[in-house]
Amino acid sequence: MSTTAQPYDVVVIGAGIVGSAIARTLAGYRLRVALLDARDDVGEGTSKANTAILHTGFDASPGTLESRLVHEGYHLLAAYAQETGIPVERTGALLVAWDEEQRDALPGLQAKAEKNGYHECRIVDADEVYAQVPHLGPGALAGLTVPDESIICTWTTNFALATDAVQRGAELLLERYVQSVDITDQTTTLHTSRGDVTARWVINAAGLGGDIIDGLFGYDRFTITPRRGELLVYDKQARQLVDKIVLPVPTARGKGVLVSPTIYGNVMLGPTAEDITDKTNTGTTEKGFEFLLGKGQQLMPELLEEEVTATYAGLRAASSHPDYLIEADRERRYVVVGGVRSTGLTSGMAVAQYVDHLLHETGGLELVERDDVPPPPRMPNIGEAFLRPYQDAARIAADPAYGKIVCFCERVTAGEIRDTFCSPLPPTTVEGLRRRTRAMNGRCQGFFCGAEVGELLKTRGNVPAAASHIQEVSS
Amino acid sequence: MTTLDVEATGTQVLTPAVAIIGAGPSGLRAAAELAPRVNGEVLVLERESVAGGIPRHSDHLGYGIRDRHAFLTGPRYAQLLRDEAAAAGARILTNAMVTGWAGDRSLAVTSPEGRIQVDAQAVILATGARERPRPARLIPGDRGRGVYTTGHLQNLVHLKHGRVGKKAVVVGAELVSWSAVMTLQHVGCRTVLMTTEYPKADSYAAFTGPGRVMFRTKVATRTRVVRILGRPDVTGVEVEHLDTGERRTIECDTVILTGDWIPDNELARAAGLPIDPVSKSPLVDTALRTGRPGVFAIGNVLHPVDTADVAALDGAAVAEHVVAYLAGQLPGDAQGSLTAERPFRWVSPSLWSATAPAPPRDRLLLWSEEFVAFPTVVVRQNGKEVARKRTPWPAAPGRVFRVPASIVEGIDWTAGPVTIGMAERR
Repeated sequence: MSTTAQPYDVVVIGAGIVGSAIARTLAGYRLRVALLDARDDVGEGTSKANTAILHTGFDASPGTLESRLVHEGYHLLAAYAQETGIPVERTGALLVAWDEEQRDALPGLQAKAEKNGYHECRIVDADEVYAQVPHLGPGALAGLTVPDESIICTWTTNFALATDAVQRGAELLLERYVQSVDITDQTTTLHTSRGDVTARWVINAAGLGGDIIDGLFGYDRFTITPRRGELLVYDKQARQLVDKIVLPVPTARGKGVLVSPTIYGNVMLGPTAEDITDKTNTGTTEKGFEFLLGKGQQLMPELLEEEVTATYAGLRAASSHPDYLIEADRERRYVVVGGVRSTGLTSGMAVAQYVDHLLHETGGLELVERDDVPPPPRMPNIGEAFLRPYQDAARIAADPAYGKIVCFCERVTAGEIRDTFCSPLPPTTVEGLRRRTRAMNGRCQGFFCGAEVGELLKTRGNVPAAASHIQEVSS
Repeated sequence: MTTLDVEATGTQVLTPAVAIIGAGPSGLRAAAELAPRVNGEVLVLERESVAGGIPRHSDHLGYGIRDRHAFLTGPRYAQLLRDEAAAAGARILTNAMVTGWAGDRSLAVTSPEGRIQVDAQAVILATGARERPRPARLIPGDRGRGVYTTGHLQNLVHLKHGRVGKKAVVVGAELVSWSAVMTLQHVGCRTVLMTTEYPKADSYAAFTGPGRVMFRTKVATRTRVVRILGRPDVTGVEVEHLDTGERRTIECDTVILTGDWIPDNELARAAGLPIDPVSKSPLVDTALRTGRPGVFAIGNVLHPVDTADVAALDGAAVAEHVVAYLAGQLPGDAQGSLTAERPFRWVSPSLWSATAPAPPRDRLLLWSEEFVAFPTVVVRQNGKEVARKRTPWPAAPGRVFRVPASIVEGIDWTAGPVTIGMAERR
């Protein structure tokens, strides 16, 4: 499919959380929608590597579009997670003040939360801080509670939105890097690394590449600087050390390093914040690790005794524009969705709603709701707090493949791996399989299961019959 | 998780006399010894689809020396252990993973036949060890494809007949590292460099010399990997000389991380058993008893990592202690502990008493951080030397160092802390 004969009504550039949410919303209308991405899977940019926190938006800048959309997105995504089975745990967060200056900043943060429409924050003393997080390092002076901050699976969120979009009829066009753009009277043609894609309207949700695409449409209004954040993920055996998100008091230099449980039952330490130039450089660094270990020593020394099971770096799309930049251009039949930084995980669905309003306002597209919209997909649970297939006796009885554990550390079964190849978004790489199932993401990183998982990728999850049965040796 | 385990519907319950977790050399040997001697079933639970443990995919000679006085390949050795355990009457369940505890000696198991609860009178942890992967070693850089542990590599090559790249850097220069080099050669991948942080290659001298010639492999000592380069595939590593700080880049498409062992201690920790802070192994006494009555531990979960034959001999040694436990005959509890001092990292077993039975093979097992050609081992109590012994064999990083247990004979374990280290060298 190098050239599409019939132009799409809308093409959304960027299959991250924001782009997928937009494509899902628009595919609810009688429109021909394409969701296009430069990478070989959805969510391969900023969406796959973040701190995976569902934010209340308590600390946003009041009055901004970001604040509004994060607040709305929190509720939209929480409800959508219920419907689709995206794992979410409402752990709550605790902001910890380590010096007088930080302690003095707490009332201001509480007031800010109120302005953002969030009224549940409480200032607590040091005793309460240690009662809530007993393993915290010494020296905490006070804290601010944020009881509704939650942890979520960023991968499942992206897959759910993209799957939903595809099930509603959107076409997913991967490995198409947009090189140039031709705008004519009726349509716009995107010249991509794998042929042309033509559409009446184009929505730029390209994340890190958003400024470049915006430039192709003739604008020069913002610049994206990739801000690299490195993280250390500690073993599940560390999970007993912390059951809520422990945040530092934010400074001018960013939100700082946090300690947080993950939805998979690990503990995360990070991120760093470093502005770089290469938008693809997700490498980790000696300096980054050193910095995080130093912070960890202060925040939770016991954590450093545990094994590290993963290290990674994500890039935030830091923008020269202080707020989200979401605007429609009726003339060019173009919408920019720029500068949606790390809060995009939470705000994505609200951003989609906002784009929908803009399109209604401009009147450039006929938005007729479909009466045959399929129900949202039911996503496999890869979170640790809910019943996993390997624990589910009834499910194993119905299908023994859910009783065959392939990845021992993460307890991923042959049934789950097989299912993902039958899903509307089957994985094509080991990385894609890892994000859909957790296979190979555990403490051994493939020592035991790496070869087996590699084989299952080749056979698309088909287990040879002999191996799927229990083998018993007795005299 | 435990609640879910117990409340799950359709759980079948098995009630063996002894449940052994792990069908590697130690677990299979324990099963073979115990099956004829206990009143009731000996059940071995193995999460892999084939029993035999690591030797299954170590397709080279060198197995069975100390326990069978034979010189076998890994797969052949695994086969013999499997057959013997089965012939002795033990029941081996494969594809059966113990996922948690449902009681003191009760296990929650997942298998294709369903959820199983195993209520045993005695439990033996034989869960083995694995190599630390890249994240645990905190090696930064790009996340390119082509980075493996030896275990991953050997599974890939010997069980799945897969391939890797053409030019490898092997991190480590111990026995298992050479095993990795052989596996790489088997699939046409040349090892262009081995790195070790130690001042000399750690494996047996008899192997290192010929090894270098045989595989045309250079060994860079006092060297560590500081960065892995290349995405989506590995293109090289940056290495640093620890003394000079000099850095250079080595081109390669494959990186094998060898050694740096950690016991598979998930179940031991989930049970809340006391753990050695350095080796991360469950603490045991000389009867191989853990901190929970009726729960024993054997093999490389205790001493990460010794050879398969020594692990198997733990399995032989534990049998009499398990039989005694089932008969209600309990040796006295440990009165004191033996702690490793530099250059030793850990010692096993570490819990002792005056009435302690002999440890397996009558040996203390230690892990040394330094190469010492003719070491003098010193035992101190309250800081004062109480015993010393010179061994005619060297202590070397990367393999277990053995000392006759007689060195701690006659110690009053109640009289103060006891350590084991090395005499000052001049």
